[in-house]
Amino acid sequence: MTTIAVASTPLVEALLARADDALVHAHRLSEWCGHAPMLEEDLALANVALDLLGQARSLYQYAAEVEGAGHSEDDLAYRRDAPQFRNALIFELPRGDFAETIARLFLASAAMLPWWQAAMESPDARIAAISAKAEKEVTYHLRHAGEWMIRLGDGTEESHARVAAAVAKYWPYTGELFEAEHPAVAALLPDPAPLRAAFDATVARVFAEAGLDRPRDGWMQKGGRRGVHTEHLGHMLAVMQHLQRAYPGAVW
Amino acid sequence: MSETPMPIWEVFVRARAGLAHRHAGSVHAADAEMALQAARDTYTRRGEGLSLWVVPSAAITASDPADRDSLFEPTADKIYRHPTFYEVPDDVGHM
Repeated sequence: MTTIAVASTPLVEALLARADDALVHAHRLSEWCGHAPMLEEDLALANVALDLLGQARSLYQYAAEVEGAGHSEDDLAYRRDAPQFRNALIFELPRGDFAETIARLFLASAAMLPWWQAAMESPDARIAAISAKAEKEVTYHLRHAGEWMIRLGDGTEESHARVAAAVAKYWPYTGELFEAEHPAVAALLPDPAPLRAAFDATVARVFAEAGLDRPRDGWMQKGGRRGVHTEHLGHMLAVMQHLQRAYPGAVW
Repeated sequence: MSETPMPIWEVFVRARAGLAHRHAGSVHAADAEMALQAARDTYTRRGEGLSLWVVPSAAITASDPADRDSLFEPTADKIYRHPTFYEVPDDVGHM
């Protein structure tokens, strides 16, 4: 199936950025299905993945309407190639071990919860409605990942070493979550600057209890919002998009 | 896992206000907070509940199956304990 060309505007790009964040993260979490360390956590990670998939769907549907080119949510998910994806790089990195998955979920949720809370006040009624639903979901994601961070950080020598390494690995990817929006849509979406203070407070609270040190803010990885991705995204999309590419328009 | 297995917790779910919490099953979890989250993720995925209890399975004292006859058999011939021997006057209507 051919790749689509998205009729891009600043609002379409901004909606795709958050939709792609959610879809790519959902796919990475779904890779644990049937493989998590225990049945209860298998269900928990799948639940989170399904929440994120739902957020992605709502955002793709709205992006498709704003674009007005007759594309569907499935077109946007399955018929764009890696350079057309706008997700932050943190979400496309391979799932890693359980500590890496939890560290990413924690850092992403700590950044996204204040984003959704601010987006609930958007003058765009559709964005406000999507955010009101997502805010409840991400509140739980942050609680779940935060409690695991504390138990891994304050657990055994090995769990502490693994989660500390995971934090060090993902930290340089957190800066991209706070990039400024395009001026044309800045009034519709949260200003990232005050969100960072909420993120820092959450990290400080959980890391203190977990016995983890906050890495220093050094050089930050970025590029995903412009479509410049790591080599991992293409491989992930090859798996995720295979069915629609091989059997165009296939439905249940 | 080769370490000590995680404790088991019994899960009780209340479907809606006014009803009692009912036993739904059990989960493995290291502590009460994680048990609550595991219970939420395992037993309330389809809108089953509005409130959860988790109780360490080890805290439950159970009757011994070997005592079944002495504990429960003596009630079998005391049918007069069932409220089926009263005549309800017609005027009472629904009870």
